[in-house]
Amino acid sequence: MLKTKEVEFNYDNQMFFKFQNIDLNSNENLLIIGESGVGKTTLMHLLAGLLKSNSGSIKLFDKELNQMSSYQLDSFRKNNIGIVFQRPHFVNSLTVKENLQLAQYIANKNDNTRIESILKNLNIFEKSNKKTNQLSQGEKQRVSIALAIVNSPKLILADEPTSSLDDNNCSKVIKLLKKQATDFGAQLIVITHDSRLKKHFKKSIEL
Amino acid sequence: MNIFKLSIKNIFNKPLSSSISLALLVLGVGIISLLLQLNTLIKDQMDNNLRGIDMVVGAKGSPLQLILSSVYHIDSPTGNISLAEAETISNNRMVGSSIKILYGDNYKGFRIVGAEKKFIELYKGVIKEGKDWDNPYEVLVGSKVYEKLKINLGDELISSHGLRETGQSHDEGTFKVVGLLKPSNSVIDQLIITSPQSVWDIHETHDHDEHENEHEHEHEHDNREITAMLIKFKSPMNIIQFPRQINENTNLQAAVPSYEISRLFKLFGFGIETLSYLAYLIIIVSGFSLFINLFNSMRERKYEMALIRTLGASRFQLSTMIIFESLVLTISGFILGLLFSRFGVMFVSSLMEESINYNLNSLKILNEEYWLLGLSVLIGVVSSLIPAIQVYKMNISKILADA
Repeated sequence: MLKTKEVEFNYDNQMFFKFQNIDLNSNENLLIIGESGVGKTTLMHLLAGLLKSNSGSIKLFDKELNQMSSYQLDSFRKNNIGIVFQRPHFVNSLTVKENLQLAQYIANKNDNTRIESILKNLNIFEKSNKKTNQLSQGEKQRVSIALAIVNSPKLILADEPTSSLDDNNCSKVIKLLKKQATDFGAQLIVITHDSRLKKHFKKSIEL
Repeated sequence: MNIFKLSIKNIFNKPLSSSISLALLVLGVGIISLLLQLNTLIKDQMDNNLRGIDMVVGAKGSPLQLILSSVYHIDSPTGNISLAEAETISNNRMVGSSIKILYGDNYKGFRIVGAEKKFIELYKGVIKEGKDWDNPYEVLVGSKVYEKLKINLGDELISSHGLRETGQSHDEGTFKVVGLLKPSNSVIDQLIITSPQSVWDIHETHDHDEHENEHEHEHEHDNREITAMLIKFKSPMNIIQFPRQINENTNLQAAVPSYEISRLFKLFGFGIETLSYLAYLIIIVSGFSLFINLFNSMRERKYEMALIRTLGASRFQLSTMIIFESLVLTISGFILGLLFSRFGVMFVSSLMEESINYNLNSLKILNEEYWLLGLSVLIGVVSSLIPAIQVYKMNISKILADA
């Protein structure tokens, strides 16, 4: 399902990253772990099609990302990938529900029942009509998970989802992410420096 | 949810900075549109009342005053002229037709004009109720007069001396309303019209109380006076020569309305022009303010933009959103500006109706206002262009990595 080969990336000829090969089968989750500065975020952006590698190949769902145009990548991303960011981002002028509706609109979907079921599943349904800046930190994280899964992606990419959490909450969030992925039939790739997550994943690679 | 709705939500999310740009635009568009409307309305009204009058003859004085008083009925007359002299002019071979008018009295601020019946034909006046006058002291009443003063057929009107409401009243000057005129959208709407004889009679008895019976007036034929005479030439060529002849060779004054009115418009046209430059400047400033708003909000919202991109929106969709935001503001600025100018026109016309009995109520959209719409759209596009290009070129990976 994901196969990378000799992926290299450099920023303005200054920082150079060479990533090890990844081979992930369908129905497997993956933990990518590494210290700061080894290019974790870069790798995640490469997998999400937000960046293009300088050389090598990234094959995701049998599509070669390096051969796609920027427009094709946008379209591929909205149909296949949900992203959970380290710090949650939202459209601040919209409510929780409207943020999810916007995500659906971008993917040419319109399904309020799905939005309701996701919000209920994440226990934040009663916050539907709140503006995102009225939410607590934990609620924001849940909404950002909701945003990542609202368009039924086949892959969820999570960037440092637990870095700022205590042990208790760390365990809660990762369980929640795994549950959401299973519930909605998606695979999960978590990229982090947080070694506490190792015990939650059968398969992990170290950068 | 769609991009357009999102643009509107974004505008309402920043009501303060949005409303400053909006207010500037409303002000700019509003002032220009108000000037255009007033200019057109006043010009229309002026031209409408000018019909068929090539020249006005009256007493010596300011030519503009003569025109304003005897064509538009909004100024005091320059004085009176003798009927005999007027007759001489109207018998000139260059004169196609002439209408003698005289006045000096009012009823509750509305002028009572003694005029030949041709006067009503000139303004295409049609009697709605009642009949034409047959005898002295019978009057036809214009539409605005009877609407405002609630005058009915058969009412008796006691006139006051002078053209303002406060003049002394003539006990003798009791007029009987015999007819009401249909609205004609011209000066006769705000006049009370009677035969010249009625006005002569009042002033004869008023000025010379010793004269008691009407027959004596016949002998005084030569002393009778009129206020002005409206003249149409046989040939338009005469307009060059004839007024000069009168002004040089008689102690009368001849004034050409079209010339005087264009002089008047030139006079306050300068003020209008200056004011409209100022308004255009305000519109340009509103464009800058819009640009600064968008530019700042772009920086504040860069994570938002990055998020929308990672959700799969294309660069083009995001840029469209920015341009939409700008256009929604400028187009609503344009619409509010037009509303503003319409209220302005209503306000000015209500002021004018109080003072000079003119009514300017036509609120159609002028061609120049479509240009204003074009200008507003242009301002919207231009001021959002740089922010839109920035969003288009945005490096989402870099923004997200810096977070």
